[in-house]
Formats: sequence, structure tokens, C-alpha cells
Amino acid sequence: MLAELGLAMLWLAAALAGLQLVAGSVALTRDGEGLGGIVRPVAVVQGVLAAAAFASLIWLFVQTDTSVKLVAENSHSAKPLIYKIAGTWGNHEGSMLLWVTVMGLAGGFVALVERRLPERTMMATLAGQAFVSLGFYAFLLLASNPFQRLNPAPQEGNGLNPLLQDPGLAFHPPTLYLGYVGLSIAFSFAIGALVTREVGPAFARAMRPWVLGAWIFLTLGITAGSYWAYYMLGWGGWWFWDPVENASLMPWLAATALLHSASVLAARNALRAWTVMLGVVAFSMSMVGTFLVRSGILTSVHAFAVDPRRGGFILALLAINIGAALVLFALRAGTVTEGERFEVTSREASLVFNNVMLSSILGIVLLGTLYPLVTEAMGVKVSVGPPYFTPMSAVFAVPMLVVLAIGPLLRWRHDRFKRVSLVLAAPLAVTIIAAIGFGVSGVTSTMSLIALSLAPGLAVASLLPLRGRNLARAPLSLWGMVIAHLGLAVALFGMGADGAFTKERLIAACVGESVDVGPWQVKLGAITPVAGPNWTALEADLVASYDGAAPDHLKPQSRTFWAPPQTTSVSALHTRWNGQLYTVLGEEAHDASSAAMPTGRWQLRLWWKPFVPMIWLGGVLVALGGFLALLSRVRQDLKRRTVRARGDIRRGDREEREAA
Amino acid sequence: MIARFLLPVALVLAPVAALADDTMPPAPFAYRQLADPAKEAKAKALMETLRCLVCQSQSIADSDAPIAGDMRNQVRLRIDAGEDPEAIRAWLIQRYGDYVSYAPRVTAATWPLFAVPLMLIAVAAAVMRRRFVKRNAA
Repeated sequence: MLAELGLAMLWLAAALAGLQLVAGSVALTRDGEGLGGIVRPVAVVQGVLAAAAFASLIWLFVQTDTSVKLVAENSHSAKPLIYKIAGTWGNHEGSMLLWVTVMGLAGGFVALVERRLPERTMMATLAGQAFVSLGFYAFLLLASNPFQRLNPAPQEGNGLNPLLQDPGLAFHPPTLYLGYVGLSIAFSFAIGALVTREVGPAFARAMRPWVLGAWIFLTLGITAGSYWAYYMLGWGGWWFWDPVENASLMPWLAATALLHSASVLAARNALRAWTVMLGVVAFSMSMVGTFLVRSGILTSVHAFAVDPRRGGFILALLAINIGAALVLFALRAGTVTEGERFEVTSREASLVFNNVMLSSILGIVLLGTLYPLVTEAMGVKVSVGPPYFTPMSAVFAVPMLVVLAIGPLLRWRHDRFKRVSLVLAAPLAVTIIAAIGFGVSGVTSTMSLIALSLAPGLAVASLLPLRGRNLARAPLSLWGMVIAHLGLAVALFGMGADGAFTKERLIAACVGESVDVGPWQVKLGAITPVAGPNWTALEADLVASYDGAAPDHLKPQSRTFWAPPQTTSVSALHTRWNGQLYTVLGEEAHDASSAAMPTGRWQLRLWWKPFVPMIWLGGVLVALGGFLALLSRVRQDLKRRTVRARGDIRRGDREEREAA
Repeated sequence: MIARFLLPVALVLAPVAALADDTMPPAPFAYRQLADPAKEAKAKALMETLRCLVCQSQSIADSDAPIAGDMRNQVRLRIDAGEDPEAIRAWLIQRYGDYVSYAPRVTAATWPLFAVPLMLIAVAAAVMRRRFVKRNAA
């Protein structure tokens, strides 16, 4: 019954999205303004209905109702509750339902609280949001119904891929989706502003908090995903330039550029066309990512859809949405003027530089991700991986980071480089000292050396905007920028450190044997069998001592799941202030002559990774910076709103008095 | 975000099948490092840029697939014998095709991968030049 109710609510939500599109568009015409009143409530109800449908699906998973096909295929009654819930979005249909839910709720939220823009622009924005939603509702209802029944119902479900049975799954996809889909708001704002030709500071100020919000979630999603891959894969890698990772990086790059250009538009009324374009590009990248991940074009754990019809459907959606937006942009670009002007040494100019570099990196990542698909279609299989992406993106990233150190110190519109050159001596000196220091100490990898040298200078430079200010009085948005830029420097140092200082040790050890890895001494204490709710495992007791200090116990496992049957290794990590010890238990080592002969030696993989956790610490700092900026924007906005409300009351009183 | 050793059934490559066999013990250097740290570092750097042919977007340096173990063994043995890493890459490409190397070569099919970044640099320079030079003149 619940499944049918969920489906009905989904259809109803789709119908309301249709109504929202029609009413919003009609409200733009002279005769149809009366219809405008229903657009906001409809948007809210549509979001609530989608959320209710999603909640029913979660409930079906919690109950392990195997008469629903999706539950039977992806769940199992013996799974822990958290993975039953997380399993709801650990599959194609469920994750697409999560997508439309987030999209509906975001649209409803905008409809509820956004009052800064002219009502006409809001109507166009909400109509645009409904247009995009409608496509995804159609995809869900026509090609990936999550509520489909199964008759007869099987006794037990198939279970969830063990790799997905991790707390990471509970948070990683929803976080990324909030980011992906949050960008749809920026897209709709861009559409709305283009339709009504209202591209100006008010538009940028209204759009900025939404972009910031989406960007924070994207940052957290990417950071969490990278850490998840790092500890789940059991080989200590944290970024593979895998197409699926790139799919999340591309919207982030576009959103970062958008964030900065929206700031220029809000503060200086410049970069109008560019900001609108980035609004379109950012969400387009989210959709390209969804296409890559969901269409099955890349065979991976993420590509739940093996049905090529679905791929075609998403591709069509992609073409319609991006195509329509670009046509609109082409029609209106002529009427959107460039805006205010500025000089080469100005904050705007450095932000333009940052935008161009970010867009170029985006171009590289897009090219490297899609090109192998192109050659494969021509019959040639090639691989594009880290040896391509890392140096190619560094070509643009390094100049961008240099300008990042300078830009925040410059004034708007016009400045002289002489004014800031003295201040910049400090970060420059730090960079040179770091380069010499790390070079002499034997860091040979060029990329690591660049990262390790730039990071300290960048860290110093990121703090410079606070110089000469009363720290308690410095505005929150300034703190946000400083912390986000500092986070970038911290992450960069971690990345460089991984390549430069990591110590690896692969060994087949007997119980009782000790192994050295970097400053650590690790003893294999024991191997014991353990059992979990839906798995059994062999667990190693590793006694690890740092530089002769009191030992810590690490317990990596080699885990065997029975539904579905699969073996994974579960790494064990120990974090110190200066790095992380990473341990993995492999299989029992075999005799060279015969696989059947046990040797009593166990494969251990040990890594000492100095400063590597800084990568994710940096990512979290970047997100925190974004959060502070968002907080300051929202606070300013509330203040402005109460001031205006008070003004209205006072004006009302005065009018009453005058009337009396 | 997850890229890993997937059900190898999906992609069975003929030359690979001969190399990897689940019932055989892993090759000696699949899970063992070379004694010489300099050579091991060389081998590791090369392994990180070679694709595990039955995995989804994973290098042979971070895969548990038997074929990846065999390829690591090959790479370590050849590096130990003093072979140049790029020669080993060329040998593997000859054997398995361009797909095995994560470092694309400039060929008739791949030249845009290198032409487009150059074009991007030119466009970026042009965009900034146009913006700023015009400003100064104005």
C-alpha cells in the first residue's frame, strides 16, 4: 500500500511541477499576473510531496518489504538498520528519487524565503526550476520507477554491495546531491534573470547564498568521498582522476568560479554576462556528472543503470536543459552589458584571472574525462589518468594560486601593485625558503616540490588580509575568505606530502614478527576470527609503536560478506598530529610451489603517511570558510529585512498620525 | 568516488586470461617490494601509471586483482633487471594496447588531448588581454 501511495505522491508532485511551470510562465505575461499568487505555494507543496515519497521509500527499505522490486534487489533483512536506510539511495532509482527530492525541497525553500528579487524574476526563476524538475520527474516515473512491485515476492533480498556498507555511504551521496542539485537553484536564477533582463547586483546578492550553500555541500561531499576512497580501497590512494570523481570535481570548479564572479557582480556590478554563463555551466556540469555516473557509460559501482534507454533519457534531458539555457543566453547576451570597468591591478582583475584559470582546469578535466569515450566510439581504447590530469591542471592551478595570494590584498577597481608588493615579501620569502628546504632534504618529485613550496607561502598570504585589523571586529565574511584560502594551502601541503614522504611496506609476516615502516615499529600480535551481523572476518592485532613510544593497537580485517558473497579488506588507521599509520591485512601468503600449502605468514600492507590527513582537514576548512561567509550573508540579509520591516511600521504609524 | 576491483566477469580480455589464474599462488613480487629502495620507487612510480585491465579505473599499484599482481611482478622483475621504466611501458603497450597506460601518447587518435590545452592557454591569454588592454585604452 505504501509503495502505491509513494508512487501517487510522486505523480502528484510531477503534476504540480507542471502547474508551477505553466503558472510561472503565464504570470510573466501582462494578463496572467493574477496566476502568480499560486506559484510559490505550489513550489512548496511539490517539494513536500517529493520528500514524502522519498520517506515512504526509506520506510519500505527499513521494513525490508521484498514485494518492492528495488528493495528485493538491494536490501537484506540481516543488514544493520543504518545500511537499510542508506541503501535507499545506494541504487539507481533511489538515488534519482533523492535527486528530485532535493531539487523539490530546494525549489520550495527558495519560494518560501527569497524576497529580494523583483516578483517577475522570481516567477521566471521558479518556472525554470519547475522545467528542470519536470524532466527528472519524467525520467523517474517513466524509466526508473522506484516503487515497482514484484510478484511473487522473494523470501529475502539480494543485499547491498559490501563496499557500500560503510558509514560513508550514509553521508557521501546525500551531501554531494545537495551540492549538485543546489546548483540547479543558481541555474534557475540565471534563467530567471535572463528572461526578465534583471542581471545586476541584486540578482547576484540573491543568488550568492544559494551558490555558497551548494558549494559547501560539494566541498564536503568531495572531501568525504576522497577520504572514503582512501580508507575503503585499502591502498592508501585518495584521488584517482577517476571519471566518477571528476564528475564531482567539475561542478565544484564551476561553482567556485561562479561564487567569485557573483561576488564581483554583487559588489561592483561587473562581469554580468560571465556570471550568468557560469550559473548555467555549473548546473550543466552537475547534469553531465549525473549522465556519466547514471547512464552506465562508465562501468563502475556508481553506474547502477545498465539499461541504455536510461542513458539516452538522461542525455536527452541534458541536451534539452543545457541547449535551452544556451539558446536563451545567446538571445539575451546582447542585452546584458558587461557592466562596470576596472584595471589590471584591481581585485576584479585578479578574480577574472581566477575565473579564467578555474574554467581552464574545468576544460582540461572535462576533456580528459570525455575524450576516452570519444576514441572508444572510434574503436581506439585509450586511458587518460594522473600522468595527464595532474601536470595539465597544474599549468593553470599554479598561476591561479599565485594570484590567490595577491588578489585579496588589492582594492576594487584600481590599485597600484607597489602598495602591496612590500607586504607580499613575507609569503614570497616563505615560499623560497620552503622550496630550498624541501629541495635540499631530498624531495625529488616535481609536483610534490611545487605543492610543498607553494603551500606555506599561500598559508601566510591567506592570513594577510587580516593584517592591521582588530581581529574581533573583522567581518565574518572576511574570516570566511581567509579560512577557505588557508584550507586550500593546508590541503595542498597534504597532497605534496603524500607524494614526497609516504613510506610503504609490503610484507608477509608470521605472528610475532616485527616490521619497521618509517618511524613506526609494527608487530603482528595475533590473527583471530571475528563475526559481524552479515559477515565473518579475520582480524589482525597489530601492535604499533611510534619511535619507541607506548604501543597502539590497530585491528585491520579481511572481511567476507555472505549476501552478496564478496571479500573486502577493512583498513585500520592510527592518526597522530604529524600523520597517519595505515594498515591492511591481506590474505595468507602462499607457498611458491603450491597454493594449497599454508605458510603461516600473512600479507600486510603498511604505510606511514606524514601530514596526509591535512588534505581532508584542508577540505573541511574550505567548507568552514564557505559556511562563515554564508552565515554573514544570511545575517546581513536578516538585519536588512528587520530594518525595513521596522521602517514600514514607523512609516505606517506616521501615516496614521497624519491621517488623524 | 569509488573505483575498484569489480567483478572481473564484465571484462574478460583474451591475453589477460593466460596471465592470471585464481588457483595459482600470486607471483613472487605481486605483494613484495624490491630490496633496493631506489628501484622500488621507480617501479612504484611506473605501476601507478599503468591500468589494471580488469578493474574499473584503478592502477595496478592499488588493486587486489590477480592480473594486477602479475603485472606488478613483471614490472618489479624488469626494473630489477635494470630495464628503463619507459621501455617497460612501451612493452606493455605493445602487448595490451594504449589502454594499459594512463599516460596518453600523442597519436592520430589522441592529439586533441594535447592540442586543446594549448588552445585553452591561448584563449585564456586572449580573453584577459582583450579585457585589460581595452580597459586601458578606454
